Amino acid sequence: MVAIDRTMQKLVDRNEGTVSREIFCNQDVYDQEMQRVFLRSWLFVGHESQVPKPGDFVLSRMGEEAVIVTRDKQNRVHVLLNSCRHRGNKLCLHDRGKSKSFTCSFHGWSYDSTGALVALPYHDGGYSEMAKEKWGLASARVETFEGSIWATWDKTAPSFVDYLGGSELYLRTQLLGTDGSEDGAEVLGGLVKWRLGCNWKVPCPDVDRSHGWMTHKSLSDAFGVGPTGFPVRRGEGGGQRAYAGSPRTYCVAFPEGHTMGVTIPSDDDPNWGDAGVWADKPVIREYLREKYEIRKRRLGTMASLSVGPAIFPNEGWLGRVIRIMHPQGPLSTEIWTYFFVDRDAPQEVKDALSFYYERWYGPGGMTQQDDMENWYNLTIASKGPMARTLDLNYQMRLSEPPIHGPSRFGLPGLFTPLYSDENHRRFYQRWAEFMEAKDWDELSVRESAK
Amino acid sequence: MVLTETITDQEIRLHFEIEQFLYREADLLDDRKYEAWLGLFTEDARYWMPMRRNVSSEELEHEFTAERHEMAWFDETKGTLVDRVKQIRTGVHWAEEPFSRISHVVSNVRILEAGAEEVRVRCRFIVYRNRMVEEQSLFVGSRIDTLRRAGRSWQIARREIYLDQSVMLSKNFTNFF
Repeated sequence: MVAIDRTMQKLVDRNEGTVSREIFCNQDVYDQEMQRVFLRSWLFVGHESQVPKPGDFVLSRMGEEAVIVTRDKQNRVHVLLNSCRHRGNKLCLHDRGKSKSFTCSFHGWSYDSTGALVALPYHDGGYSEMAKEKWGLASARVETFEGSIWATWDKTAPSFVDYLGGSELYLRTQLLGTDGSEDGAEVLGGLVKWRLGCNWKVPCPDVDRSHGWMTHKSLSDAFGVGPTGFPVRRGEGGGQRAYAGSPRTYCVAFPEGHTMGVTIPSDDDPNWGDAGVWADKPVIREYLREKYEIRKRRLGTMASLSVGPAIFPNEGWLGRVIRIMHPQGPLSTEIWTYFFVDRDAPQEVKDALSFYYERWYGPGGMTQQDDMENWYNLTIASKGPMARTLDLNYQMRLSEPPIHGPSRFGLPGLFTPLYSDENHRRFYQRWAEFMEAKDWDELSVRESAK
Repeated sequence: MVLTETITDQEIRLHFEIEQFLYREADLLDDRKYEAWLGLFTEDARYWMPMRRNVSSEELEHEFTAERHEMAWFDETKGTLVDRVKQIRTGVHWAEEPFSRISHVVSNVRILEAGAEEVRVRCRFIVYRNRMVEEQSLFVGSRIDTLRRAGRSWQIARREIYLDQSVMLSKNFTNFF
């Protein structure tokens, strides 16, 4: 156990609604979570549109480690640890590209896009006794889900859909095209990647609705907009009320550790299609409206279901943007951000969307700059010996039992009001379970909140 | 300016003028005179900073993200630059409250093309940012500016910023380049 005199369940006290600061800065805790959380979870590694053709590859990460996402001649996707089996050298040196094989720059061991060791040049017969089939690249279990690619190192982990539990519906919804089509989305070129001095867990649980009015106050003060550029509602109660969002939005959590904000469907949602953001861009507004009509025909009432599912441990959404928090040591994180557009949208619409994303998200984003300031400063102010003795507060609506999803829609999950820390409590509780469980038998969720 | 055996007085004058313009611009930024800095941009200005990838030497055309069609660190118009300054001036833009200490060092100034109304000029920048106590960022790269003649001075019609990083190694960009 950790070098501090507390068990994981005490570091995360579900009943008190407190979390120890040690889990955000302690090296021992970090070393353990790299094994217990990141070696056993399903992790997002990319999207099929990044490797559309056989031979395509793109570099990604699983926890601290680099992996190569490839598409082989049979059109199957593989996720391979980017480390040569010979002397451990970094194998693939390029962020993306097209290649039938990967040849190590040290002694020239060469692997194909399935990870098999296929060539050992200039060894003068010295490997005649070696079983080459045992020396392929470490290859992760891979599942694709509506175009997204997920991988795990754990052969005993449940299937990805079982891992999602009841949140499957929400993740599926989020990966659809605007018109509700199943393979309608693609990742825009250029992943936004940057380093940030905070623990990987800090940005993870979703939703933290109560931060917006304060953290992003400069946006409402200067422009009267919220964190994603929507005009804020000026109602009674001042700034805080302005960020309350739709009365149909809830915090939704799952025992599997997945957390999200869910806006339940409505027959009449004037905001659908980002109408507020695109008021002065008729081309975009008309495009979205037209696609939304098709979506309604495809999905019925559920067309206006709006979600941002953060899949445990380190995946999360902001609008139609996926961000992955890759751990980089206890006090550092490398965030990768994937921006989605409709694959078949006119170039003008795609360009307008990338322009919009650049405005708010990423290290230059007018919204996220301020998040990062707080995440960094809370790290600086929490790592000292005195600060570490003081637990963090996650007590908002502590004793309120979750309500079940509005039955009219049969939506899965444990619903709590939007202003609640229940999602955070669920996330950290699941994290503690991962840290304590010996194996997936102990981790299996008996009954998901379906 | 191409180095030839004979450099005309006109070329020297132009080079000096452009250099002084770029240095004055850097001073406006580092002195936090952002409104005056905005005045240096034309109404149709574009301010673009692509991202960079580690690609094979055979695929260098994909090193930078494509303008407009792919993501960029920055893709700004005059209007969005004005917005960013407005945000800084609210006093509650926590990423710049209190202000960082920033120095722009502009060097290797070279005129690539000199037309009657516009010049294209390349330079290197070193931008040092110190924030609060121990936080430091170092941004190094090159810029290609298109400057348009405006009366007796110049305005920036286009700025391309090429940062020498693939993964951005600082937590945010609160500075201008």
